[in-house]
Amino acid sequence: MTDRIDVTFTVNGRTRTIRVEPRRTLADALREECGLTGTHLGCEHGVCGACTVLVEGEPVRSCLMFAVQAEGMRVRTVEGLAEGDALHPLQQAFWDHHGLQCGFCTPGFLILAAGILENNPAVEEAELRESLSANLCRCTGYQNILKAVLAAAAGMGKLK
Amino acid sequence: MSWVGRRLPRYEDPVLLRGQGSYVADLARGARILRFVRSPAARGRILGIAAPPGAQVITAADLDGVGPLCPRLNRPDYVPIAQPLLAKDRVTYVGEAIAAVLADTAAAAEDLADGIAVEIAAEAPVVTLDEALAPGASLVHDRAANNTVIDARFETGDVAAAFASADRIIEFAFLSHRQAAMPLEPRGALAACDPATRRVTLTASTQAPHILRTGIADILGMPEADLRVIAPDVGGGFGQKMALPPEYVVAVWAARHFGGAVVWLEDRLENLTAAFHARDQRLALRGAFARDGALLALDADILCNVGAYSNYPVTSGVEPLMALAELPGPYAVRNYRVRARGIATNTCPMAPYRGVSRPVITAAMERLMECAAASLGRDALEVRRRNLITSFPCISATGIVHDGGSYREAMEKAAEVVDVAGFRARQRAARAEGRHLGLGFSVFAERTGYGTPAFAARRMEITPGFERVELVMDPSGSVEARIGSSPHGQGLKTVLAQVLADEIGIRPDQIRVVAGDTDRTPYGWGTFASRSAVLAGGACKLAAMRLRERLATVAGQELEAAVSDIEIGDGRAAVRGTDLGIEIRQLARAAYHQSHRFPAIAETGLSAAATYDPPGTFSNACHVAIVEVDIATGGVAIERFVVVEDAGLLLNPMIVDGQIHGGVAQGIANALYEEVVYDGDGNALTGSLADYLVPTLAEIPGIEIHHLETITEASVTGAKGVGEGGAIGAPAAVLNAVADALQPFGVGIFAMPITPQRILGLLRQNRSPS
Amino acid sequence: MKPAAFRYFAPRTLDEALALLAEHGEEGKVLAGGQSLVPAMNFRLARPASLIDINRVAGLDYVREQDGILRIGALARHARFERPVAGGALAALLPRVARHIAHWPIRVRGTFAGSLAHADPASEWCLIAATLDAELAIASRRGTRTVRPSEYFVAALTTALAEDELLTEIRLPLLDRRWRTGFAEFSRRAGDYGLAICAAFLRIEQGRIAEARVGVGGAADRPSRIAAAEQLLIGSDGGNTVRREAGRIAAQAIEPLEDVQASAAFRRDLVQAMVERALAQACGS
Repeated sequence: MTDRIDVTFTVNGRTRTIRVEPRRTLADALREECGLTGTHLGCEHGVCGACTVLVEGEPVRSCLMFAVQAEGMRVRTVEGLAEGDALHPLQQAFWDHHGLQCGFCTPGFLILAAGILENNPAVEEAELRESLSANLCRCTGYQNILKAVLAAAAGMGKLK
Repeated sequence: MSWVGRRLPRYEDPVLLRGQGSYVADLARGARILRFVRSPAARGRILGIAAPPGAQVITAADLDGVGPLCPRLNRPDYVPIAQPLLAKDRVTYVGEAIAAVLADTAAAAEDLADGIAVEIAAEAPVVTLDEALAPGASLVHDRAANNTVIDARFETGDVAAAFASADRIIEFAFLSHRQAAMPLEPRGALAACDPATRRVTLTASTQAPHILRTGIADILGMPEADLRVIAPDVGGGFGQKMALPPEYVVAVWAARHFGGAVVWLEDRLENLTAAFHARDQRLALRGAFARDGALLALDADILCNVGAYSNYPVTSGVEPLMALAELPGPYAVRNYRVRARGIATNTCPMAPYRGVSRPVITAAMERLMECAAASLGRDALEVRRRNLITSFPCISATGIVHDGGSYREAMEKAAEVVDVAGFRARQRAARAEGRHLGLGFSVFAERTGYGTPAFAARRMEITPGFERVELVMDPSGSVEARIGSSPHGQGLKTVLAQVLADEIGIRPDQIRVVAGDTDRTPYGWGTFASRSAVLAGGACKLAAMRLRERLATVAGQELEAAVSDIEIGDGRAAVRGTDLGIEIRQLARAAYHQSHRFPAIAETGLSAAATYDPPGTFSNACHVAIVEVDIATGGVAIERFVVVEDAGLLLNPMIVDGQIHGGVAQGIANALYEEVVYDGDGNALTGSLADYLVPTLAEIPGIEIHHLETITEASVTGAKGVGEGGAIGAPAAVLNAVADALQPFGVGIFAMPITPQRILGLLRQNRSPS
Repeated sequence: MKPAAFRYFAPRTLDEALALLAEHGEEGKVLAGGQSLVPAMNFRLARPASLIDINRVAGLDYVREQDGILRIGALARHARFERPVAGGALAALLPRVARHIAHWPIRVRGTFAGSLAHADPASEWCLIAATLDAELAIASRRGTRTVRPSEYFVAALTTALAEDELLTEIRLPLLDRRWRTGFAEFSRRAGDYGLAICAAFLRIEQGRIAEARVGVGGAADRPSRIAAAEQLLIGSDGGNTVRREAGRIAAQAIEPLEDVQASAAFRRDLVQAMVERALAQACGS
């Protein structure tokens, strides 16, 4: 057994210190130590993207990063998207356009899309098709996920 | 205006969008982690299991007297196979659970499982259909001769005479490789034993909580009352989560044996290799055609590789029997002979997966129509036209009633939408440039929403079918609807709220649908077989009509009018033709708090229940794919995908479209990408999502949907089932499109998925255009 | 699917990192982007006793042009290359290549040098390094050395790096604007590992190919240049026929991998197609 290590990082604007084994992935630490179970585990090998979170503003697979590596970093999860009662424009668009069914991939897609829209001044549909292909959904055939992200991008003035 | 028919956003969504959903893994804090030690060998004898000292290990010896799992059909051509919860003396497939360990964390449980040494005297496995059926093949189970666990035959009409009189006989073998349902949330079960009462609450990712309760209670020899099963948010199931996994039984056993809470969270490797598989089938198909394209007779020999064990409750017969009953599909063939077998192998067991056999048999039948047309020099739509059922009701060759639909109309509409003549011109022009475009049609009818009669015809020991709904209006006028069905992500609660709202006269947001909790809901069968909207929706409608009558009784008394003069809607009851009225919430208040005044409803109060058990209704559709095949790489790109769907009355068109989208994507995956691969030693080679190719947005084209609405009396809501149709129709359309694109090369497309490697293999055999 | 336990070290300087490697390299691993290593650890296919996480080592995340060479530090992430990082012929090519590497969330973490250290046969960067005959700078407590891809790539997932060594810098020759480039990759899904990849660099003088570098990856156990195809191209006009012949030569020259995704025969077909396509791009047709 290896010693546990203290890790201090910021999750959704709140600074937290947790104590974890080095082998604890960021995904597991968010779910277990931070109680933020919106970040889902669908494959734990970096393909499905259900565990996508923003680290320093960019989307990463939290199953492929150890929590100890997040020391001093800013992490944002699906729980950090809405502001109080107000859904994030992406959340609202997913609701309006039926962008989810079982909801298991949804947090990962929301975070991925937030990362795309926040890191680009403007996007077009072809780029979105490419960048949203990073995550897997088994229910929607992606039709309404794309539609929702397009609508949110348009609403946020981010559509080319 | 009615609530049914609206694109109402889902009530399920806000919680899920905020990341506040409750999937099994989210509820497991504090539970001990259960992890299984799985067989690395496909077949062999267990010589010994050695655990490190002090480890909490469960083996078959600990479970002595518990189990086995033995799903049954009451038919002589079926061989029931008993499955131990943990492998006892022998292992029969790679991934079979041999032992289980308990630890405080998932990582520690894995450490412990890694430390367990299982010694196995490995034997040569039977992996493929050919190996299993070879003369003298080793038997997977001694009691299943020829490795055959079901051997069903059916014949009607005069098949021999029809073949003798045929102008053309089309014959081929069609191969479907194995697929996995791959719900994004793997399976999981949290079992908590109350130390005071010894009652266990099992929170499980399942489509069928009541069946789970029955199955587990039977195996563990406990009263069902001592087991509560909860299906929390379920991250997709697609059939895989309707079957009872032995792992769930072990979880309940462990909670009872050791006390406290125990959770098994399947990982993706386990899900891809040791959860259930499907669609590993081979069909030898012969069609006898007349010169005008009429299908005179159909003769099929269907082999399903069903793996090492059966599945509870629908058994390993589910694929062969579905194929046997439904092969003719939307075509009116009178002479039909079929033999459908389930063949045991040393591979992961089969269970239902979205469409159950019909993606495969539809692909085979639609290839048959195309091949017949080509051979007869006729247009393939014309051949279909000649054979499609057009007058309803129609009793099929296997005795199934086609209640009414738009089989031909859907095809004609699809042909018009894609502009076949325009496409042919474009195809010619592209071919001149060395580009290979193809157009493929798929016409099918899907039996949906069927109750006990259909399942009884399969002679299942456990015959599912009915659905029950219980409604209670509370004193504030809100309604709780307790349903036996159990959604797995499809938006059922929203749809049922729409049905109920119209009938009761309140808004859908005043309705709480309670599902997935055996303590709170009437016994029901869960969600599968495109049944939930039809069955639970029908039961909701019937129960709501009764509740409405009770409200009318109260209103009649309050308004001093005849009950027959009471109209209910928009939250009010009113006397027809007057401005006299009262709000429903006032009626509810009165019914509870002035109950002495309403002797007419003393027995029921404002509650009502109904059970619905219909014979079934056929939805139908035509799918069209336009593809481009890159003949240098074998790559297939789908340029356009059109669906003309008839699902009867659309309760919520947005949700219907969502079902079609998802089904089509899985069908495209089935046609082009996904394949579970075993090597000769029975090792599953596709244990990661890097190897098992679930398509991304980049592979799935835009899907255009057009609706026809044939209103059926076979469903009280007018709705037909739509959960599986997308997956059923899409593979055939894609395969036909690929075949059309490659028509100049004279290659036959009779396998799915039709991968780039297979396409180049076919082209290599015949490089130059003929 | 949780990793086995390991000891974790997060050095702040290169010297510290090399000291840790000298001490723990034998049973340890360098953690950079982790996008290949961590999945392998989650599956417990890799069980390093120690992880030396170099992400906090200062000064390794550079990409800079210097003296006609593009210098890529050990922590330069894939995503960095999605926008042009170099002038000349590589300006447009590297972003195109980068976009074939998995997906953006993977590219945010994964590193160029990590790809070379991992040496997956289907790595795009390994192919680029091999085709451009990059200089690979390697450091350890014992000193520094440079190697060329022809010696560096030993087999699938196997390199000339010793257990105590760190790949510190990759030096790509900056090709001037006379070079034309082509890149073609076939994968089953967007972002998947390529089953065959070709990178082509042609220097064209007065309508004739004066210099050629044709590399193939994804199809054999390591990326390689196809010398016979290059020889064929040099002096030719790069027309249809010669491109097809170059593709055929490449398909025959490799020793194809066989795995669950592709047979040897299929891989040869794909190599032929990818070489033809990359050459066609480079020839501007």
